[in-house]
Amino acid sequence: MGFSRRKFLIGSSAVAGGLVVGCSLLPGRDTIAAYSATAKNGEVALNAWIKIDPTGVVTVAVPRAEMGQGIFTSLSQLIAEELEVDWGSIRAEQAPVDEIYVNSYMLKEGLSFTDGFHRGENTLGAKVMAKIAGILGIQATGGSTSIRDAWEPMRLAGAAGREMLITAAANKWGFPVSQCRAEKGHIIHVPSKQTLGYGELVGLAASLDVPSDPKLKPASEFKVIGKSMKRLDTAQKVNGQAVFGIDVEPEGLLYAAIKTCPVFGGSVKSYDQKAVLGMPGVKAVVPYPAGVAVVADSWWRAKKAIDSLPIEFDDGDNGGLNTDSIFKQFAQELETGDANTYMDVGEAEEFLAKQSDVLEATYKAPYLAHACMEPINCTAKVKDGKVEVWVANQAPTLVKWFAAKAADIDSENVTVHSPFLGGGFGRRIEVDMVIQAVTIANALPGTPIKMIWTREEDFQHDMYRPAALSRFKGTLDEKGNVAAWHNRIVSQAPTFSVMTRFAPAMAMDMSDNTTAQGSADTPYAFPHKHIEHVPVDLPVPVGFWRSVGHSYNAFFSESFMDEMAHKAKKDAYQFRRALLADRKDARDVLDRLAKEAEWDKPLGAGRAKGMALHESFGSIVGQVVEITLSDDKQLSVDRVVSVVDCGVVVNPDTVVAQIESGLIYGLTAAFYGEINIENGQVTQSNFSDYQMIRLSNAPVMETHLAPSGRHLGGVGEIATPPIAPAVTNAIFVAKGERIRELPLIKSGYEVG
Amino acid sequence: MLRFKVNGKERQVDVEEDTPLLWVLRDNLGLPGTKFGCGVSECGACTVHVDGEAVRSCSFPVSDAAGKNITTIEGLDPESKHPLQEAWVKHEVPQCGYCQSGMIMSAAALLKENPSPTDEQINEEVTNVCRCGTYSRVRAAIHTAAGNEKGGA
Repeated sequence: MGFSRRKFLIGSSAVAGGLVVGCSLLPGRDTIAAYSATAKNGEVALNAWIKIDPTGVVTVAVPRAEMGQGIFTSLSQLIAEELEVDWGSIRAEQAPVDEIYVNSYMLKEGLSFTDGFHRGENTLGAKVMAKIAGILGIQATGGSTSIRDAWEPMRLAGAAGREMLITAAANKWGFPVSQCRAEKGHIIHVPSKQTLGYGELVGLAASLDVPSDPKLKPASEFKVIGKSMKRLDTAQKVNGQAVFGIDVEPEGLLYAAIKTCPVFGGSVKSYDQKAVLGMPGVKAVVPYPAGVAVVADSWWRAKKAIDSLPIEFDDGDNGGLNTDSIFKQFAQELETGDANTYMDVGEAEEFLAKQSDVLEATYKAPYLAHACMEPINCTAKVKDGKVEVWVANQAPTLVKWFAAKAADIDSENVTVHSPFLGGGFGRRIEVDMVIQAVTIANALPGTPIKMIWTREEDFQHDMYRPAALSRFKGTLDEKGNVAAWHNRIVSQAPTFSVMTRFAPAMAMDMSDNTTAQGSADTPYAFPHKHIEHVPVDLPVPVGFWRSVGHSYNAFFSESFMDEMAHKAKKDAYQFRRALLADRKDARDVLDRLAKEAEWDKPLGAGRAKGMALHESFGSIVGQVVEITLSDDKQLSVDRVVSVVDCGVVVNPDTVVAQIESGLIYGLTAAFYGEINIENGQVTQSNFSDYQMIRLSNAPVMETHLAPSGRHLGGVGEIATPPIAPAVTNAIFVAKGERIRELPLIKSGYEVG
Repeated sequence: MLRFKVNGKERQVDVEEDTPLLWVLRDNLGLPGTKFGCGVSECGACTVHVDGEAVRSCSFPVSDAAGKNITTIEGLDPESKHPLQEAWVKHEVPQCGYCQSGMIMSAAALLKENPSPTDEQINEEVTNVCRCGTYSRVRAAIHTAAGNEKGGA
């Protein structure tokens, strides 16, 4: 596995043509060119993360995508803390695309589940992964990594800036550095009480050498980190001024509406452009491999024309694909398929074979769509061998590479603009929309083209959360604890599917942690444990959907945990607790959860509580839900209590907001989420048949942050996994019905 | 030529009559604060006011707006200090923010009709979709704007 992964990573860098230099932890001044180039109104860049203007306003380069998670704010807090600046003087902006902003953390999640990295250690494997990430140079947002990745470099950038400003002031005054300190955007000479503002010093400071070992503040002195600083993006999001991808308006803009072959892998056989070229405002009809675009002087005119365009599609080989046949294939693979093993403790299979009383259950999860509120769109302009792209994206480096490929130019000649994302959730790490928009724009050189998908196209051409089947076998010891636990999962492998799009030559049958995460890495200790996954190759494009494999594996594992507790005739809380003897952090979360949710206090008739505990992305979340359930399956999720240990908390209110957000995202899927395929195409088309939770059926949420002092964890995805099993475990308590398949509406539940 | 008022200003456009108001606002009048979400009146991201009533502009033919007063998020308050906008900031409601123009416009129409809505009334009138799941903060912010910090009556 180690060999193939390495080969794939280095190979993909070669394929993508990106030979980049790895970065040291705190790069020198020669690495700030990209950010310096953005300076305006007298701003001076101190390093690749900080610009200061003559009035002392500090602008922070945020190298990660703001898709709602509050990253503009929390990453700016890291700088503000070390640089010693008032929050009111801080602005945030999207960083340019540059190797310096590589996300060196994302690949680490690919390390074996037994690697100490997953428990917060900086292992050799983690260092190697960071090195490889540095070579690849991919700037990307995903895997709940932003804070974990930025925690050192951005604080160091702030600290280096502070030290340079202190030195600049000391030099200017002729005082020793040791007599000067930084406070609220000023350097103070302590003995004489003289002060100089950062705006007055930044020019001088920028000419100094970057300190090689800037001193970070101890946590006990934090004034900004750990505080709910006001979000920097809120004001513009309440008055319509925030610019999302779909809002960009380069001069001379034309608009494109598209129709892609609804069958996966299909193509265009023929179309009759004469039928639409005379329609009002229509400028051009442009084919791309899987579909056709109409370009017009307004999007609505383009849309009307594409709806009128006679197109004959070639369905290719997949016209017979449907969800039933896929699940039949999964069932077969569950019996006979070759599996990758992700965790193997003791001898689970041998042990279970000798037991007479084995509990067995098979669970099922559907394909899901991301359904970002901002429909997929991209604006592109091709002119004189250069490409300019405006797109809400999670990976500007990939945007750059694939825009270059689509226009057949060198990636150095691509400029990427990254406005706000109207939701990402993993969908916008893909670049299909970039390839399409650049292909269309390439046919009309010099004219910027804004391509916008309809919501129907968005549902039909997502890269879906994989559907999955999962079978458990478990047995108890004489004390009623789990003695053996065996889980075999069948699904498509998202990383493989993503690779077929990004680097097809390198896509291979390889180990993929995302298929087993949430099962292989649960915090419970079982004497015998075996987790394996059978990868299935299908033409349905699958990808990374908020919390990825955790999104279904948590439902499977935490449901079966409840089944085992029931078999042991034990309380769900106590049963879990007994299996966490060597995990004080997880036990503490569980204990706090039981206390906050008053687990021992029964609810009235027709009401019940359910519990789930899940560790993902380096954090632990416990949830208790309270439901009301009628005899005719009217279900209301009334209240959700969450307890969260994500280690260091940078912005408590943002973390709470992400817990609320992740929880609603997971609950929406548990209630309604299902993408079906008939005749090779997705049957869902809009929010009318892919329903959403709304105000009327959103639960009351109570979130408790309970940092244990463990290592820094992720936040954006961690509340999504446990909510489904918490709800279905409550349904079992209320009615004795064990839900082994999602969504709940499929089992006849009415959810508001 | 169709004439109407947008945010207090006389505007005129020369487009097909069946063009949804949403696209006229965004592409013809340079007001991109109103968002496209679904195109079929399901999600509410495109909510604006036509003569004071909340309307889903993605499915509202521009010809039906002729001679009327349209208010978009850009015109809700000249200084962005509508009580809902201030409450939205106080409660840090937006996450990605894409649905929030429509959410605020729906809530503004509700408060105009009913200055102190109950939870139940909020549920009935503000049916917009937020994929970031900001619902609990939306509710709290509406109560704050209504001067009712404690929640529904």
